[in-house]
Amino acid sequence: MLVFLLNRLWQSAILLVIVSIIGFTVLNMIPGGPLAQYALDPGMTQADLDRLAEQMGLNRPLPVQYLDWLLRMLQGDWGTSFRDGVPVLQVIQRHLFATLLLMGSSTAIAIAIGTWIGIRGATHRYSIFDYSATIGAMVALSIPTFWFGLVGIYVFSLRLGWVPAGNMYTIGNESVLNYLHHLILPSIVLSLVNVAVWSRYMRSATLDVINQDFVKTARAKGLTERRVLMKHVVGNALLPMITLAGMQLPSILGGALVTETVFTWPGMGRLFLDSLGYSDYPVVMGLLMFSAILTVLGNLIADIVVATVDPRIRVG
Amino acid sequence: MSTLALPAAPARWWQNRAVRRFARHRLALIGVVMITFLTFACVAGPWLLPYDSLFIDLRARFSPPLTGQHYLGTDPLGRDIAARLLMAGRISLLVGFCAMVLSTLVGALVGVIAGYRGGWIGAALMRMVDAFLAFPSIFLVLALAALLKPSPIMITVIIALTSWMEVARIVEAEVRSLREREFVQAGRMLGLSRSHIMFREILPNAMGPIIVAATLTVARAILLEAYVSFLGYGIQPPLPSWGNMLNGAQQYLASAPWLAIVPGITITMAVTSFNFIGDGLRDALDVRSDPV
Repeated sequence: MLVFLLNRLWQSAILLVIVSIIGFTVLNMIPGGPLAQYALDPGMTQADLDRLAEQMGLNRPLPVQYLDWLLRMLQGDWGTSFRDGVPVLQVIQRHLFATLLLMGSSTAIAIAIGTWIGIRGATHRYSIFDYSATIGAMVALSIPTFWFGLVGIYVFSLRLGWVPAGNMYTIGNESVLNYLHHLILPSIVLSLVNVAVWSRYMRSATLDVINQDFVKTARAKGLTERRVLMKHVVGNALLPMITLAGMQLPSILGGALVTETVFTWPGMGRLFLDSLGYSDYPVVMGLLMFSAILTVLGNLIADIVVATVDPRIRVG
Repeated sequence: MSTLALPAAPARWWQNRAVRRFARHRLALIGVVMITFLTFACVAGPWLLPYDSLFIDLRARFSPPLTGQHYLGTDPLGRDIAARLLMAGRISLLVGFCAMVLSTLVGALVGVIAGYRGGWIGAALMRMVDAFLAFPSIFLVLALAALLKPSPIMITVIIALTSWMEVARIVEAEVRSLREREFVQAGRMLGLSRSHIMFREILPNAMGPIIVAATLTVARAILLEAYVSFLGYGIQPPLPSWGNMLNGAQQYLASAPWLAIVPGITITMAVTSFNFIGDGLRDALDVRSDPV
């Protein structure tokens, strides 16, 4: 287990280095580079800019700049927002909760519904249910999330008036119920794609398990079909799903960005777009790096969890 | 194709096993029909419709669908939505298709080299694939599109830049499993150059999975373009795209819902079609793969 753990940690570290190189490359593609903020100021002369570049060490060779940047990142100095001078990590932290709330609730919905659809599809293979689930999943994967959100707002808030059309809570009313009321529609919208993905994987994972010997043994012992499913099939089929959940992180984050925009949800996705609009590059870069790091760590945790539960993985 | 002897080729292309299997795949056929229809409509449609996509008629603002000759209604400037939809389709489909070609080329190249060379080159390339996959693609596309001046070509390149990894992974796995096969060893024995073996001997044998992945990449690219353009960083007006037609739709959602509904359904149709076709090709070409 220790070898496995060290191995995985090492791999993740390498991955993070490459991620940071990509991030640094993007950073240097910004017109004007890190000086972009100052270049906009009409009072700045070229001489001022040159002096600033000198001060900020921008005339050093790129690898040196990269190492410097990386060191500062590691120490938690991710720069300050152009907009309000607040450290980037603090800005992200302010918006983290809203995004995690949205992602968490939509993932919970996706897992619950997706697991059910997947298992039913596998046990009733080639039934009408199975076919509609297959087709439904492909269509669901083809619907633009933001459009689904718009349609949802049109039907459920504008026409039926069941749920609010946006925001995380009504100002002056911060009760849990109010949060939940605002949460329902965006998390359902965000979960659509994941229900599709989850149900397809769950179906094939269940099919993999369902014909194995230990399941036949369980049936032969005279267990009811329900008990066989719940005790022997589902547990084993859910195992690969942990890895899937880790792999799905970037797509859920990306979906959250779009969903947050449509629902004016005050999370990291909205922050990202707002920062783009204000050319607030430190925050944009921070969010880009933050989401990638989150993904790498998510995958690492998923792998560790799987390895803890399933001894077969550790050896391989 | 490769120097390997192929099983007796069928006399006519439609007798080919893969073609027949594809033709039996009902969803794939629906996809082909829908895409053919959409493509044809986008290419020929604008000439057949009564209005020009850029013609502004302020007296006819916000006409709902089926008023007069505005079959799909008009937008906030009184432009005919049907005409705009088809013009936008040209851009969106073209961007999707070109992004697919580009990302498939890059992905195949990286995958072949990583799979065939293996060792530290292969490992480095595949870690790079993993690193690119760690970024949510929408974040990356948006950031790049905002930094570089957005033009249709630039958007295509950016989308390709964030969607070549899937193909690279598939090709790498395929090539790695083919690397030690006899026909490759025979090629080495004959003294064929490394690039000849990689691209002329091995790559054609990985064509099935590549075709399937490429089809699904078109679907992905169309979706990505729609996302970025919807958020205002993709194709810029006055050039219409399916995504940027939805750009202002949210503020008129209550009074003019067709502004949102019409382009959205079109995007969904196009993307679904490519996903259906990809599914059919997967069955026809016998590609075992992810369940999605």
